Amino acid sequence: MSKSKTGNKGLYDSDKKEREGRTPVYYKCGMMNNTIQDILRQRPGWVEVKEDGEWDFNWCDVGWLRENFDHSYMEEHVRINHFRNHYELTRKNLMVKNLKRYRKGIEREDGRVEASKCDFFPCTFTLPSEYHLFVEEFKRSSGSTWIMKPVAKSQGKGIFLFKKLKDIMDWKKDGSRSEEQKDAAQVESYVAQRYIENPYLINGRKFDLRVYVLVTSYVPLKAWLYRDGFARFSNTRFSLSSIDDKYMHLTNVAVQKTAPDYDPEKGCKWQVQQLRRYLTAKHGREKIETLFKDIDNIFVRSLQSVQKVIINDKHCFELYGYDILLDENLKPSVTQTQM
Amino acid sequence: MNECPELSLTIAQIVQRLKGSHLHSQIEREAKECLHQPEIKLGSLKEDVRNFLRASGWERRLQNAVYRELHVQRPPCHPAAPPEHLKEPLAYMRKAQASWEKRVLKSLNSMSTELGVPLARMRPAVEQKELTNKWNEMGTDEPDLSRFRPVYAPKDFLEVVISLRNPNHDSSEDVNVKSHWGLIQVPLNVRDIPKLRQAFSELNLNTGQLGIDDSAHIHPDLFENEYVQTGKKVVEEQDSAAAQQYSRQGCPTGLRADLWALVLNSTNQPQDVMYYEQLKAGVIHHDLLVDNLIYKDVKLTASNDDYYFVFEDFLYQVLLCFSRDTAVLEHFKYNSATPPKSYIEGKVGVEECAVVYPPNGVIPFHGFSMYVAPLCYLYNEPSKLYSVFREMYIRYFFRLHSISSSPSGIVSLCLQFERLLQTHLPQLFYHLRQIDAQPLRIAFKWMVRAFSGYLSTDQLLLLWDRILGYDSLEIVAVLAAAVFAFRAENLMEVTSLASAEAVLADLSTLKVMPLIQIFLFATAI
Repeated sequence: MSKSKTGNKGLYDSDKKEREGRTPVYYKCGMMNNTIQDILRQRPGWVEVKEDGEWDFNWCDVGWLRENFDHSYMEEHVRINHFRNHYELTRKNLMVKNLKRYRKGIEREDGRVEASKCDFFPCTFTLPSEYHLFVEEFKRSSGSTWIMKPVAKSQGKGIFLFKKLKDIMDWKKDGSRSEEQKDAAQVESYVAQRYIENPYLINGRKFDLRVYVLVTSYVPLKAWLYRDGFARFSNTRFSLSSIDDKYMHLTNVAVQKTAPDYDPEKGCKWQVQQLRRYLTAKHGREKIETLFKDIDNIFVRSLQSVQKVIINDKHCFELYGYDILLDENLKPSVTQTQM
Repeated sequence: MNECPELSLTIAQIVQRLKGSHLHSQIEREAKECLHQPEIKLGSLKEDVRNFLRASGWERRLQNAVYRELHVQRPPCHPAAPPEHLKEPLAYMRKAQASWEKRVLKSLNSMSTELGVPLARMRPAVEQKELTNKWNEMGTDEPDLSRFRPVYAPKDFLEVVISLRNPNHDSSEDVNVKSHWGLIQVPLNVRDIPKLRQAFSELNLNTGQLGIDDSAHIHPDLFENEYVQTGKKVVEEQDSAAAQQYSRQGCPTGLRADLWALVLNSTNQPQDVMYYEQLKAGVIHHDLLVDNLIYKDVKLTASNDDYYFVFEDFLYQVLLCFSRDTAVLEHFKYNSATPPKSYIEGKVGVEECAVVYPPNGVIPFHGFSMYVAPLCYLYNEPSKLYSVFREMYIRYFFRLHSISSSPSGIVSLCLQFERLLQTHLPQLFYHLRQIDAQPLRIAFKWMVRAFSGYLSTDQLLLLWDRILGYDSLEIVAVLAAAVFAFRAENLMEVTSLASAEAVLADLSTLKVMPLIQIFLFATAI
């Protein structure tokens, strides 16, 4: 069907008018993160509101959420980028707690085999609360290396490896502590996690995967997987002999950036598709398809484990970054979840 | 049997080459041992032994070895041709190659004198021990390479290629509309689209291809699944010829490593591993000046590449050994190049005091490590990786930096690229020529590296599948022309060489097979 020239022009004009007249989407962005601000700014028809203006879309940090969420009235269409109690999944100790509980439930109802599908996180204990349980396990697997991570920090801050109990004396939950010690500042909550000593290496380098999962609703559970996460490589070659070398063991880009031989132009990242191709060439299609199915399994089950705990709210969505580590047998584990 | 003389000559030559090879002794041993078998009867000894060798796969291995010999060294054009004709039949090309080599060697020698670094030196024991310990992580070394410069870069070589002239051909006679607009001014026979369509018939629009028909929105049952099954059978058969034919439509990611090894007849038997270990020992004992060139090249190119930085250590392990591999000298029989010779001090010209330098006769240039980098995606055992790379080099890559009349040589590829562009995109070519942006100046660097480092890895591997499948580098020239065709619209708008370079700076998003297919089979003639 051909339109006359003038007819076409008219159509274009009215379209344009419609677009100009449409209400813009007002967004609020509290994040210092420039990437997000740039993206929001570039969206056609999206306008930033200042201070106390009414917003349709809010990309906020958790501090804002904590202070304002309970006091805000949100209309039907409004969207905000966090769930009220997101920390059930994103704080390391709570994630592990929820996963352990979920696993127990599965074992009770469906038996061991089904429960073993939840064995995708390394043995973890919250300190100091689970100190004694931890010591039991520690002694049982003597010689293993463990990693200590602060519960609430990110970007690799405060993380260290240890092999001897004396290295973590500060987190010892001990009734024999003197009054002075008890009065002194509470030690920060940490998790002690068994360190994966046989990570999958590519050319001697350790790496982990960062994959993004968007959850738009917990009840019913609706999640979207971003197919192109990335693999982050450590700049140095892996070896267990020096557990003090933070740069070697931690693959966080933030930590790598401070390593003495970090070259920003080098970029220590591969896209997941790239990694997938490399692994397929090395191990064959079937094995790698199974690996990625196992990784999908991690996402599904971790979300299921907090499904009943998270306060669902139709206004909320959340973007999670999962850190996945592969061992030399291509078994994936989740080391943490961030938002 | 009514054999023509060329065939018997070829057979004799191949027998000569395989005699004394490891395969020969293995087959002999197998034949001797099978005599103990009950089914071998004295009366029909020859037949029975033959059947045994066939059934146990040895005949197939011999077939693959013969296939390899046929591909690596073409039989001479004429039984009475002198050996230099096998290297390069055209005298003026030989001369140009020789003078280029002289320049390169001079540059290398002067670097050695200037920096006071010997061409070769033995490492002291302490250094040897250190290197042995660090063998798997040489990339962590940060030697001071600021004084070293690459001996030459592709653009230097381009100037040499452009200046080639056939002294017997007076091109001033045919300056007319049909004359050549490009930079290459030698009259070589290169194939145009109609002939390429015949030669690359498996790439046509009606034949399934990996790189096109395996994309996400096409159901795998339509092509991919069955094609992968066929590939598995080919690998099982262990037949070089079948693997080569199969590769024409692309190799599945999970099978590519095995298929390429088959096509190249690259085995990884104990003797290959041992040979590699010997080369490694050579690296430990002696330090060569070219080692620094290799370090510098890897640091400048592969280490800065998002796709290949992970494999830095492998690249050293392969390239340092490659420099010391005298087996590579064999390929100079059919390479127009001649390995550079260095003379013991004071005895220049005395042949007995001549030493090939580096031992493998190949002086690395800027970007050389990119020939190895993509292979790291397929092979991670150093001796296997080495074996495949070496075979790829002596079959294909050497042609990309030596002056010859071979249809897969860089000179022919450049001419083919320009002719394809001029014939099928004349307006674009004319426009670029007018603004002083000769297309070859942009495409040359792609072709010299067979696109390594310019395409994303998966696309590069699909391209190299076809190089192996068709045993020809022409596909590289075709792709270069197809890229220009694809970006023609933008290129018509540019007004300078710099802007043309900018339009063609990023090829990482290109899908090579659709471009090649459309250029070859959907271009109006």
